[in-house]
Amino acid sequence: MELPDEKVQQLAGHLFRHEAGKMAAVLTRLLGFQNIELAEDIVQDALLKALNTWKYQGIPDNPSAWLYRTAKNKAIDLLRKQQVLKKIEGELVRELKSEWTLAPTVQQLFLENEIEDSQLRMIFACCHPAIPYESQIALTLKTLCGLSVNEIARGFLTTEETISKRLYRAKEKIRSEKIELEAPSEGMLSTRLDAVLHTLYLLFNEGYNSSHAEMLLRQDLCADAIRLCMLLTQQPKTNLPKVNALLALMCFQASRLDARQADDGSIILLKNQNRTLWNQELIARGQSYLNSAASGEELTDYHLEAAIAACHALAPTFEQTDWPQILNLYQLLSTIKPGPIVDLNKAIVTGYMQSPQRGIDELNKINGLENHYLYHTALGDFYLQAEDKQRATLCYQLALPLTTSNQEKQLIEQKMRLCEIS
Amino acid sequence: MEKFMLIFHGGSDIAPEMKSPEAMQKHMQKWFAWVEKLRKEGRYEGGEPLEPRGKFVSGPKQVVTDGPFAESKELIGGYFIVTAKDMDDAVALTKDYPDFIFNGKVQVRPVQKMDM
Repeated sequence: MELPDEKVQQLAGHLFRHEAGKMAAVLTRLLGFQNIELAEDIVQDALLKALNTWKYQGIPDNPSAWLYRTAKNKAIDLLRKQQVLKKIEGELVRELKSEWTLAPTVQQLFLENEIEDSQLRMIFACCHPAIPYESQIALTLKTLCGLSVNEIARGFLTTEETISKRLYRAKEKIRSEKIELEAPSEGMLSTRLDAVLHTLYLLFNEGYNSSHAEMLLRQDLCADAIRLCMLLTQQPKTNLPKVNALLALMCFQASRLDARQADDGSIILLKNQNRTLWNQELIARGQSYLNSAASGEELTDYHLEAAIAACHALAPTFEQTDWPQILNLYQLLSTIKPGPIVDLNKAIVTGYMQSPQRGIDELNKINGLENHYLYHTALGDFYLQAEDKQRATLCYQLALPLTTSNQEKQLIEQKMRLCEIS
Repeated sequence: MEKFMLIFHGGSDIAPEMKSPEAMQKHMQKWFAWVEKLRKEGRYEGGEPLEPRGKFVSGPKQVVTDGPFAESKELIGGYFIVTAKDMDDAVALTKDYPDFIFNGKVQVRPVQKMDM
């Protein structure tokens, strides 16, 4: 375990955070969902021990195995105590109560395929329909992604208190609904999976859209959503077309993350993005997942949104985008997920394809987006293109107070200045 | 150049917001960077962590007692052996010790030479 002479040691990416999520899933399965806090304490102890040892001796050859061994030993020590054993519930209780089977049972759960199985159960448990969405997301980030309350609060631009409350509500539900870490039965799988996918979709969007939060944190949220979605595609039971569709959508969207923000933090719109900065590997992955999604009967909104994202990702320039195809897809989307946001996108595409005036006409038909800044900016953009600077300014003035993001405010103010010039 | 022992006391007062896996990993990275810097300058001779447990053996009767190890805030977490020109130089090497923020202390002790 000598420190290498050459370069400063770097642990792979987010090793601690990712392993914390895995260990929390395994230990929660071992101790029961009701004892999730006990599991979190063991994880914390194992990481602290790693910190206090590795800082002197460097990273061990297999850091994950080192952490698992430490967590295993701590769990076994804990389970030998009567007062802890009394609190344990769940399927493994009998095995844990006998000294003969205690250690082998703990060992068994830390095997690779069992870790994945535990994570899968954990995803389903965290996204249990009885838990409110906001709490589902907070719980997923805390347990599966190893984020602290403080980090989640920063990612969502809210207070630690708010996040703590959401977690508390989740844990209350776990207790009152007696939610356990079970893999859902065949019959329940599809509906339960929908809830999981929805939460992962929200998680990804939180990272993708919240331009006010710290850039790095946002990318982490997106990466975590992708990671958990990939876990679903790696398991035969959950490797369904709609899961692949959502994963494809995430890959296409994430491919633009680096091109979306200028060095000063301001937003760069799709039209003006440097397309050479788009991550080709992610685009290729997106295509491959989209191919896997194209089987079976079910056409979900994820399929259509992924297909739209693919059109953008594959267009060599903004002008050469396959707008007619995108319009078709939005039309299909509005039949399975009708709503003003889809109409907004349809109107914008119509405006690009035909004329600014057509865009304005379509936008004026939409109701229900009066408080949405994107609606007013879109309208303003078309007025500006149609050289109606007065109306454009009015739209931007309406849009400005409707967003809390500084970057978005800057963008709107830039556009307002365009209206003043000449 | 003389040998010095840097003995690290405490440093376990980790602030709650630093107890996240991400923050802990980042903190560990600071240790790696510090050791690497010492090593590049040819100052680092070695170091080991100490486990937070042990025994005290004392007196002519060699009484064995459990030390107040795990509870002690001043617990020695480990040591480095470094080389430095003199005491001031050795003290200067502790500048980048990452655990000051966690109320850690460094004891800097010259290793006594056996002058013949």
